[in-house]
Amino acid sequence: MTHARNLTFAHLWVAFIAFTIALVLGVWQMWARSPLPAPFLTASTYFSSVTAHGTATAYVLTTFMVMGFGYYVAETALARPLPAPRWAWIAFALGVAGTLMAVVTILTGRAAVLFTFYPPLIASVFYYLGLVLVVAASWIWCVLMLIAMGQWKRANPGRPVPLAMFATVANAVMWLWTTVGVAAELLFQVIPAALGLKAEMDVGLSRTLFSWTLYAIVYFWLIPSYIAFYTMVPQAAGGRLYSDTMGRLTFVLFLLYSLPVGLHHLLMDPQQSNAFKFLQVALTALVSVPTLLTVFTIGASLEIAGRLRGGRGLFGWIAALPWERPMVLATGLAFLMLGLGGFGGLINMSYGMNAMVHNTSWVTAHFHLIFGGTVVIMYFAIAYAIWPTLTGRAAPSLALQRLQLWLWFIGMLVMTLPWHTLGLLGQWRRVATFNYADPIIAAWGPWVIVSLIGGVILLASGLLFVYNLLEFNVAREPNAEAPGALYATAVHPPARVPATLNGFRLWNALVLVLMVLAYGYPLAQFFIIKSPEALVHRVDERR
Amino acid sequence: MAIAEEGIVRSELRWAAISIGVVSVIMLAIIYAGLVHHINPPSNIETIDPKTLHLTGEFTEPNLGTRVAADGQITSRIVATQFTFVPRCIVLPANRPVTLRFATPDVIHGILVTGTNVNTMIVPGYVSQVHTVFTRTGDLLMPCHEYCGLGHSEMSATVRVVPPGDFKPDSQGGVSCDAR
Repeated sequence: MTHARNLTFAHLWVAFIAFTIALVLGVWQMWARSPLPAPFLTASTYFSSVTAHGTATAYVLTTFMVMGFGYYVAETALARPLPAPRWAWIAFALGVAGTLMAVVTILTGRAAVLFTFYPPLIASVFYYLGLVLVVAASWIWCVLMLIAMGQWKRANPGRPVPLAMFATVANAVMWLWTTVGVAAELLFQVIPAALGLKAEMDVGLSRTLFSWTLYAIVYFWLIPSYIAFYTMVPQAAGGRLYSDTMGRLTFVLFLLYSLPVGLHHLLMDPQQSNAFKFLQVALTALVSVPTLLTVFTIGASLEIAGRLRGGRGLFGWIAALPWERPMVLATGLAFLMLGLGGFGGLINMSYGMNAMVHNTSWVTAHFHLIFGGTVVIMYFAIAYAIWPTLTGRAAPSLALQRLQLWLWFIGMLVMTLPWHTLGLLGQWRRVATFNYADPIIAAWGPWVIVSLIGGVILLASGLLFVYNLLEFNVAREPNAEAPGALYATAVHPPARVPATLNGFRLWNALVLVLMVLAYGYPLAQFFIIKSPEALVHRVDERR
Repeated sequence: MAIAEEGIVRSELRWAAISIGVVSVIMLAIIYAGLVHHINPPSNIETIDPKTLHLTGEFTEPNLGTRVAADGQITSRIVATQFTFVPRCIVLPANRPVTLRFATPDVIHGILVTGTNVNTMIVPGYVSQVHTVFTRTGDLLMPCHEYCGLGHSEMSATVRVVPPGDFKPDSQGGVSCDAR
């Protein structure tokens, strides 16, 4: 750990500061929507808060976490220094500058367009430019990850790239593909409109371009968690990874099937045909396969660990697992939330059935369970696992770490189970307030208050998380473990793997084919049918 | 480790086959619902110019609200605009097939009707169309469910579902909430 130590620290702290601010805003937003009177509540404060919450969690927490963890993996899994660390610091500076630019624009009330933009609503150009800088930073990271893997492969000809790094590069490659959609939307449509160069825009096209990004971006956030599942969890549990090959295949499948499926976010839209909606629903169904493979492989890896520790019988190995270790506990809780959230997701993607839940609290519940639940709880576990190797000190209190994880799990369930119910009752998303004088809406009130309590528990957990990390600064006991010891070996460590599972050339070609098939006509149609354009509506003009 | 590599591969392949089987069953159910029960998304790709829709054609003011055509077809036309619906209340009969048609002159909106599966986005440039049969009578909420600007939270309409016997079109085939 030479260069990457400070890089990882810097990135993860930016991520966690953004996360903590987002938690406070999230609780306040739930308060605003509840029957209880909330302070500071106006339409402008509410929607600026929603914009900030989405920007902080979806763009800042995730991008900085992925980048920081990527640098860590590149140095520890490959056991060699990071190439061009100066560029990594340039990317960090770009990302921080972009974040600050976006935040200041939101705080001045000139960017209440939510993190998903909704053109022809147009915010101040500085909001979009800030986000472009964050994405540019992540592109530099992608290139650095590709260079790091390339250098290692040249130094170790014929040997399989360590799984943690293979997965990190899979994420980098996927992210380069993912950002094409939003980059095209911002550079060709939104930013020209924000600069006043264009007075009209094709909204169907912008929605389709954004959908290109909007699903795969979730896998970009998710992959650090899956890297932990495959490489850190079997080790923390005291076992072996059941199958290294299946791990590689899983990350390749994510690369292939997270991209050509974004139209499932537009199932209720009038500008896309049933044929392409159905095609992308079918491909969406396939993306559940790598997740199901992961559940099996990690389950089997944990069973190996449980039996090595003396677990007997059909389920005895579960009780024998070292649940006192935060990584193992987080994985158990993450899988429970993944199960619930995944079940909800299957309903969301089910074509016509989406009409039952589209833009209701059901959807909010779904992605908070998957992202806020499964993904973020593994971010916590990753931070707890790597902090001793970064600080050189052992964790002061595993009990507080476990308490924090449990609080997160309980808070997430208390918040999202009522949201699922409310969504089925028809409670819609993205409003600041409800008219509780209406008898239909009045009946929702108690559920909304329960979900608010869940939010408060989540906030408490988030603050405890930050406290737990700060505690390392006063810890005395040195950490005995070497960073490389975090990663599990497979039951049968591969001596060689096929070239297709040691690089991404073939898979990039396949992604291209799938994207042309899935998005070629849905994008081209706007130029064929000459769709009418809509007038730009600025939200940043002072009144 | 006493587990042979072939055993691991075989177990993984077996599980992969089960996973693909589960996914196939889900897809078959979706296809069945689409073909037999006509549960499909609203996807008519019908363009309309948002800048002129209030001046000419189907979505001019006299045509808005519920109309019964000469052939008995019941259609309600609604304009969604920052930050209201025109009209703010529509009347429809229970237990009869009805069509809802929406368009917007400005930004993205969307609607759902509480307690039903009526749900669509309203995107400038397109007409959104939903076919449905309301089974319960009473006043249902039809809020805007997509962020459309700072007044979004106040944007809401009412769908008044009446017993078929109380659904009485005027001489032009129109039915409005005011007339009752």
